Amino acid sequence: MNERISLADMQSGQKGRIVQIDGGGGMTRRLDALGLRVGKKIQKVSKQLMRGPVIVSHGNARVAVGFGMTQRIWMEIE
Amino acid sequence: MDGDRIIVKKILLMGNPNNGKSVVFNRLTGADVIISNYPGTTVDFTQGKMRIDEEDMMVMDVPGTYSLDAGDKAERVAVKMLKDGDIVVNVVDATNLEKSLNLTVQLLKKKTPMIIALNFWDETKHKGIAIDFQKLEEILGVPCIPICAVTGEGIKKLTERLKEAKISKFSYEDKEKWHVIGDIIGQVQKLSHRHHTFMERLGDISTIPLFGIPLALVILFFTFKIIRFIGEGLIGYVFEPVFEKLWSPLLLKFSAVLGSDGLIHDVLIGKLIEGKIDYGQSFGLLTTGLFVPIGAVLPYVFAFYIILSVLEDCGYLPRLAVLVDGLMHRLGIHGLAIIPMMLGLGCNVPGILSTRILATRRERFIAATLLSIAVPCAALQAMVVGLMGKHMVFGLSVVYGTLFVVWVVLGILMDRLVSGTSPEIFIEIPPYRRPYLTDLLKKIWIRMKWFIKEAIPFVLLGVFIVNILYTLGIIQFVGKYTAPVVSGIFGLPKEAIGALLVGFLRKDVAVGMLAPLALNLKQLIIASVVLTMYFPCIATFSILIKELGFVDMLKASAIMIASALIVGGMLNLIL
Repeated sequence: MNERISLADMQSGQKGRIVQIDGGGGMTRRLDALGLRVGKKIQKVSKQLMRGPVIVSHGNARVAVGFGMTQRIWMEIE
Repeated sequence: MDGDRIIVKKILLMGNPNNGKSVVFNRLTGADVIISNYPGTTVDFTQGKMRIDEEDMMVMDVPGTYSLDAGDKAERVAVKMLKDGDIVVNVVDATNLEKSLNLTVQLLKKKTPMIIALNFWDETKHKGIAIDFQKLEEILGVPCIPICAVTGEGIKKLTERLKEAKISKFSYEDKEKWHVIGDIIGQVQKLSHRHHTFMERLGDISTIPLFGIPLALVILFFTFKIIRFIGEGLIGYVFEPVFEKLWSPLLLKFSAVLGSDGLIHDVLIGKLIEGKIDYGQSFGLLTTGLFVPIGAVLPYVFAFYIILSVLEDCGYLPRLAVLVDGLMHRLGIHGLAIIPMMLGLGCNVPGILSTRILATRRERFIAATLLSIAVPCAALQAMVVGLMGKHMVFGLSVVYGTLFVVWVVLGILMDRLVSGTSPEIFIEIPPYRRPYLTDLLKKIWIRMKWFIKEAIPFVLLGVFIVNILYTLGIIQFVGKYTAPVVSGIFGLPKEAIGALLVGFLRKDVAVGMLAPLALNLKQLIIASVVLTMYFPCIATFSILIKELGFVDMLKASAIMIASALIVGGMLNLIL
């Protein structure tokens, strides 16, 4: 069984697969529009000071996700 | 008679943000382009004309969206605009097919004739992406044309095939969307392994605080150096000479015709200072009134739009927004609010106009209020620097330090007290790209036209009203009764009230009026801080009413006056 942590707790450079999104339809739809959905493999690129946004990459795309949202995105680390 | 009606076809350019859609737009349209506000929203879009086979068409650059159902304000506008469109040109980022096709398949379902432009075709080669566009055309059932908008490759083909745009028979179940997209990509795209390029590495490390924050400081430093250079250069060598050598003589003749006196003369020309027109102190509608928006504001706005457009086109702005979002979020605003703040350091007017990029009314109120209280414009800053003279380092540190603390503390307070929501940041970070001169020039041109249309009439109206108040003696009356506040709370000489009153019209001139008062360092610091904070200049004030509405403007003004009194008083006690 792989380790399961929130996107917020992942280390920069780590890769993983989104396994669960704890959010309402609004948040899920916003994430979905930028390609973040359950089952998607992503890599955490960087994080910011003061609980700022997290940047993740998938394919050639980079997306900045607010810290509050990253606490509700659950990842399975590879 | 119906046959006489000219039916103009509407072409909608639709696609994700940052996919070069506006470059395609610039390629298709001529110089006759305008930014319009979608009625009832804070969303702006650009439109222009193009001509194909003797037929005029209207091209609309629809606000960029990732989807048609996520429900933000740009998407709602995009869906509404889609209803009146005759042809959709869906601009797709060929380097990022999955993300782009998400919107594409949703657009296909809307049954408007459509054609697809696969942009950044040249980049796919460096990135090891091979796309079979003919196969894609077969699957989706609409024409697919590879293009490279910045060099113009493929644009001719795109316009030639525009008439082949058709309604697709492609359909899918909503819940199967990503499977369907995955399937399409599996059939048309082949990836080959390759190493990250230098630009990609730079793109990633400039969002890592250790490297990104120093880089941001360097970029901001040069931004302001360049803006002051361009702004002051234009004012000193172009606008002031034009006003003084060409406009003043005309006005003096006009003044003589009016008899150099009387109500109409006072409103239009204002007071002559030693028989001459002084654009700082005459206060007539045709003198100071015209000079403020055109001679003093426009050059800085122009300079700022140049830099902003460069930073935007090369892809730096979203990275800056990410770096500052942690701090800004605590002030109840989004990292992207750094754009209005930066613009505000040039001139508060475009700064406040650009708060439209923020999603909610609450964010716009907080950003506009913080901006008009704690962000001094370039003209004001230049005068404060001059005024400090030999105490420059210490004096400026205290002034800027105080304003920064005010910005943070007021932001935190407003975040607690202002009702409404401020959504979290969630934006795409585009790769760094080289900006192209022709696109930059067109963008700056469109923005300047927009600024002149949006801002200048309001500023003139504001100056007109203040003029009447001056002529009727109402402002002097207020001044007489507020003079004790100035001396009592701020510890400034009574004469300083004159400067504060002039500050309604022009803050830089107001600072200049402090110079002969022989203030000591403490008084200089207090006067500079209070002048920045106490009230916006009339140009900013007019735009605040326009953007926030009258009631919110009153709230913002109350916050300004209260915080100026508190901060000025505290400085008087501490220093």
